[in-house]
Amino acid sequence: MRIWDPDRECMARDKLEALQFENLRTTLERAYRNVPCYQKKFLEAGVSAKNLQHLSDLSLFPFTTKEDLRLNYPYGMFAVPLREVVRIHSSSGTTGKPTVVGYTRNDLNNWTELVARMMTAAGVTADDIVHIAFGYGLFTGAFGLHYGAERIGASVIPISSGNTEKQIMIMQDYQSSALVCTPSYALTIADHLDRMGLGADSLKLRVGLFGAEPWSEEMRREIETRLGILATDNFGLSEVMGPGVAGECEYKCGMHIFEDHFIPEIIDPETCEVLPPGSMGELVLTTLTKEAFPMIRYRTRDITRLHYDTCRCGRTLVRMEKTCGRSDDMLIVKGVNVFPTQIEEVLFQVEGCEPHYQLVLDRDGHMDTLEVQVEVNETIFFDEMKKQREFVSMVEKRLAATLGLRARVKLVEPSSIPRHEGKAKRVIDRRKS
Amino acid sequence: MKVEQISIFIENKSGRLAEVTRVLGEAGVNIRALSLADTSDFGILRLIVDKTDAANEVLKSKGFTVNKTEVVAVEVPDRPLGLNSILQVLDDSRINVEYMYAFVERCGENAVIIFRFDDTEGAIRVLTEQGVKVLAGQRVYSM
Repeated sequence: MRIWDPDRECMARDKLEALQFENLRTTLERAYRNVPCYQKKFLEAGVSAKNLQHLSDLSLFPFTTKEDLRLNYPYGMFAVPLREVVRIHSSSGTTGKPTVVGYTRNDLNNWTELVARMMTAAGVTADDIVHIAFGYGLFTGAFGLHYGAERIGASVIPISSGNTEKQIMIMQDYQSSALVCTPSYALTIADHLDRMGLGADSLKLRVGLFGAEPWSEEMRREIETRLGILATDNFGLSEVMGPGVAGECEYKCGMHIFEDHFIPEIIDPETCEVLPPGSMGELVLTTLTKEAFPMIRYRTRDITRLHYDTCRCGRTLVRMEKTCGRSDDMLIVKGVNVFPTQIEEVLFQVEGCEPHYQLVLDRDGHMDTLEVQVEVNETIFFDEMKKQREFVSMVEKRLAATLGLRARVKLVEPSSIPRHEGKAKRVIDRRKS
Repeated sequence: MKVEQISIFIENKSGRLAEVTRVLGEAGVNIRALSLADTSDFGILRLIVDKTDAANEVLKSKGFTVNKTEVVAVEVPDRPLGLNSILQVLDDSRINVEYMYAFVERCGENAVIIFRFDDTEGAIRVLTEQGVKVLAGQRVYSM
């Protein structure tokens, strides 16, 4: 069992907390000084870095939400001049504008170190050939894992996403030993192997690092059996850094959060109160070392639980359970964040159309599908099939442009979507995990 | 010279077509001609009935989405190239046929075909000028 940075990863808690306290105070001061949004929020809440006497005083500070990032698009949350920013990434941008995040040279170095820790925890070494099948681009996944793997000294194949058969050929020829992708793509690869009449033993894969979408323990077992690998989970979000916020060790008992760089809190999403250790609630993260894009109490909306007992691997870092839902209505479809309200907005922008709609999520093989069922009415019903089809494809195009994802539009008869009292049940999720 | 047609949105699931015909039948509406355009998800049922307004109302009251459209009923010689002679006339005048379907009954020696054109008025004018017989609505409803 290797540990990339044992001094940090196996720190005694009192030492860790002393380090956290020092860096938190600096972060709060820098955020107040350099980011107008934080300054305004702190003033409104009547707090300053001086109020931080103990780590637990963090709860005095206001939360930061996705809405804050949206209002400050694109560079308003940056705490350094752009001159010092050496990399820009962004989130999928599904709530109108994407979230733009920046990294200084130090930030990139820390990010790379944390991904190296996470990959080492999963069992990746300098002897591995790491096959990165995340899309390279604005998304943090591919570049994050890429530099982390290089830091370890592994050989990196930056294959990006798509063309599964070619990926399999390269895995065979180049002898890829570690696979980085979404869990659903891992199963797509397994399906292709089956179709090509190949077994898992035709590959040299040994370990997989999966993230960017929620997945179940059953799915883990299926991936492990069908690809003959150890499948590990990791967690990150671009607003906080990207992959490398937390990752599983080989014991697969929760993802270690790299607490020397991030402070996790669990809150009640309704009352916003901090809950005692071991409670299930919404994860809130504060960054401790980020220069370009500090985040103070960022509400991730992910529901999880933290375990503070020491792991068998020796790391003292807290472990977070797989996220088991969201405190808002966000859906993750093919790794893309989708809010039902975005779909509603698109539909309501269609002239004369205020339809009842319902979203049906399903899996085709291992790929997510999204169907938007729209009740037809007289303004969107055309006697000519050509016009009716044009209408459907126009809505599909607008949805694709807004969501960054293909959704199928299905017209249904009026009143065929069940009405609910109070909050409408807009989503039917038939996916297993 | 125009004929009123109603179109009904029907989801592609069993029993829906039967439901439309039951509702119409119970309202004493008789179907004169029909066509069903379908995709895997939904269909558009187009009907010419003897009582258009009654059919429209009763279907709407049962929650169906209904549109009224104007179509043209044309007598077509019942012989080889009969239909072609008419389509040629339309093509020469650059009038586009959106869709068409055959009427159930014949009118003397001729078949009756229902047309939906992109330019209904123009189509009627051209057809009449060329001596093609266009049937009046009242005639069609009571055939």
